[in-house]
Amino acid sequence: MLEVSALNTAYGRAHILFDVALDARPGEVVVLLGRNGAGKSTTLKSLIGLVRPLSGEIRFNGRRIDRLQPYQVARLGLGYVPEERRIFADLSVMENLEVGRQPRRDGAAFWTPERLFELFPNLGRMKERGGGRMSGGEQQMLTIARTLMGNPSTVLLDEPSEGLSPLIVEQMAATIRDLKREGLCVLLSEQNLHFSELVADRAYIIETGQIRYSGTMAELSADEAVREQYLSV
Amino acid sequence: MTAAAILIQFLNGLASASSLFLVAAGLSLIFGVTRIVNFAHGSLYMLGTYIAYSLIEHFGRGPLGFWGAVLLAGLIVAAFGALVEIFLLRRIYAAPELLQLLATFALVLIVKDFALWVWGPEDLLGPRAPGLGGAVEIAGRQFPEYDLFLIVLGPLVLAILWAILTRTRWGTLVRAATEDREMAGALGVNQKWLFTGVFALGSLLAGLGGSVQIPREPANLFMDLSVISDAFVVVVVGGLGSIGGAFLAALLIAEIKAFCIGIGDVTWFGHVLSFSKLTLVVEFIVMAVVLVIRPWGLLGRQQSVPRSSGAAEAPLALPSRTAVQALVALLAALALVPVFFSGYALVLLIDIMVFALFSVSLYFIMGPGGMHSFGHAAYFGLGAYGAGLIVKSGAAMEVGLLAGPLLAGIGALVFGWFCVRLSGVYLAMLTLAFAQIAWSVVFQWDAVTGGSNGLIGIWPAPWLASKTAYYYLALAGCATGIFVLWRILYAPFGYALRAGRDSPLRADAIGIDVRSRQWGAFVIAGLAAGLAGSLSAFSKGSISPESMAVPRSVDGLVMVLLGGIQNLTGPVWGAALFTWLQDAVAREIDYWRAVLGAVILALVLAFPQGIAGYIGQFIESRRVKSAGAPA
Repeated sequence: MLEVSALNTAYGRAHILFDVALDARPGEVVVLLGRNGAGKSTTLKSLIGLVRPLSGEIRFNGRRIDRLQPYQVARLGLGYVPEERRIFADLSVMENLEVGRQPRRDGAAFWTPERLFELFPNLGRMKERGGGRMSGGEQQMLTIARTLMGNPSTVLLDEPSEGLSPLIVEQMAATIRDLKREGLCVLLSEQNLHFSELVADRAYIIETGQIRYSGTMAELSADEAVREQYLSV
Repeated sequence: MTAAAILIQFLNGLASASSLFLVAAGLSLIFGVTRIVNFAHGSLYMLGTYIAYSLIEHFGRGPLGFWGAVLLAGLIVAAFGALVEIFLLRRIYAAPELLQLLATFALVLIVKDFALWVWGPEDLLGPRAPGLGGAVEIAGRQFPEYDLFLIVLGPLVLAILWAILTRTRWGTLVRAATEDREMAGALGVNQKWLFTGVFALGSLLAGLGGSVQIPREPANLFMDLSVISDAFVVVVVGGLGSIGGAFLAALLIAEIKAFCIGIGDVTWFGHVLSFSKLTLVVEFIVMAVVLVIRPWGLLGRQQSVPRSSGAAEAPLALPSRTAVQALVALLAALALVPVFFSGYALVLLIDIMVFALFSVSLYFIMGPGGMHSFGHAAYFGLGAYGAGLIVKSGAAMEVGLLAGPLLAGIGALVFGWFCVRLSGVYLAMLTLAFAQIAWSVVFQWDAVTGGSNGLIGIWPAPWLASKTAYYYLALAGCATGIFVLWRILYAPFGYALRAGRDSPLRADAIGIDVRSRQWGAFVIAGLAAGLAGSLSAFSKGSISPESMAVPRSVDGLVMVLLGGIQNLTGPVWGAALFTWLQDAVAREIDYWRAVLGAVILALVLAFPQGIAGYIGQFIESRRVKSAGAPA
């Protein structure tokens, strides 16, 4: 259970997020939609603690996390998958997974490399390959698998479909649905409405750092006016 | 050389390579993970040697006493390193890179005086290793058994390190954090203890490197800086953060040094070429060659820009009307000083002004230029020697004042051409290499430069002979120099220079030839430092090689950093404070280095942005408050 209220974040003097409020419940896939520069990545980075918010409250399973270090947030079971993947290029696939490994957590799926290779069969075929010698799609799978090794109950996915070929995008959608089936809560940021429709239960729209819309995915799909206003290019 | 001699020299090289590798591996490991260039690494090595000496005295010289002492010394140094990390470095990871360097340099000063206090100034030679005290016959020559042990030790440590880094979870986390520590943190890795662990391991290696030396070389107070400069060279040649590279580089450099000693003097077309004298600089020559061919070292990789390392530098604002008025008032006050004071006050003020010019010239390339120079003293020294030599050859002092800066400028023109091809720590190391080469030429060329004695009797012309007259000359020279440097920063050249620092790629894309601007800045800074050197020479009446040695370069860095690199006038205040402190403290207190180190540490911890930077922030926060609206 992730609850965010009145979140304000700034980089130096540039104020990015204004009173962002959102929540995500167990077993739910929630998408944060918005154009480039709307504040999607900044929101997720504020949640995991990579950016220190100016003000506001972030609760995870009832506990305040907005003053914690990223490693403390991660150890509470909030996983983060960055937009740029940030695979450790000098480390093999197995070693990348090892970095993400955390002890078993009550009430969350327990992942081992073997279980992850069932989810991502490609990775199972290149266990010893260096992270720097993988394709973009493979890296995207590895970065998710690496975060799952921490046995999170909630995962933040920053633009998972970006820069992937249509085939891999389909796979990514299937993966997110698998995670939902495992009981995970997923909060993802996206620009791609079509992709969001494939996976999300609910949606928020963010523009210039403010939440402009909140509703179920079905409602948003039906509301052409909102889509025109905030999402069309 | 016979085949046997070659073999023996080769083995000698291998033995030296081992301990060089131990120190360098620790330094490289620490840099890789924490991104801190640990200047105090040589001091840890020195501590290892001293502690091993004392422990052997305490435990006795038996096998258990000796080997126990060697190991325990390493462990004690490791514990010390862990404490340093926890209580000092943790507070400054977010501070600018150079401030971290300053903090570790303060440690060098403190450790040196601590060693002086505990062990005294005499060299202390430890006993031979029990069981390995003899020699074996190799190819008909005697070779120490202990050196054979060292030859094995290096590869052994390499293997152990390799196993730790690739076969343990801890090692995997260390390698992950080396690559992207922020991401490792987001995956639940607690960097704090990882960093402490790495620092302790690095310190252990340095301590062991020092303690195993105890039968070979006496513990002395100069080991710290000589070891750290060797270790820097090895790490940079091997590639920052690469353990294998450090091993390779240690081998390469130790072997080349061993053969230089082995070859000795060679007569070549009637000239005597002394290879053994070359050992003082040969590693720096190797480094310069390697860096020019492979800018990231033998096995290194281009440094990734560290993520989220502090805020970008704020644009340089034009000085406010009040600031200009204050500077004019200061200048007027300085011009009035000889009316009220004479004698020592003037000498000290001349020193301060000379160093203010020196430190502003260093700031010129470091701040706006973005090129960190560890060898700026080279241009100060070239300026001094240029002026001194021309006067010695019979020219007028006024000619000397022109020739000095000119020589320094030519030096900067040559060295700068190589240096601007690199960036970051590599550039800093190359500047250090050139400074060391220039120093060693001056130090060894007895016939011309007077060698270690330097030059004496460099006095100003009769009309400037009085202290008051010379004071006005120094004031005019330094004030003009500083003003010109500042003015250039607000000229198009200065804008282009700063653009090149902030984003070389974008500057390039709008048509700025970044390298040529940097090269130009290097030469301008060299000319100014040379002027400072010339003015200093005539003020003192003598020149010694110390005027261009590494400690002088470090003095310059300390001055710039004390004042704060984000502030135009910072280097002037830094120079004044440092020169005054050094003068006042050194005369009153025996352990002045430790005091200076403690002051530097206190300043770094209290003002991570430097003094002037802090005052600037303070004024800004006041202004924001009085305006009633937070930004």
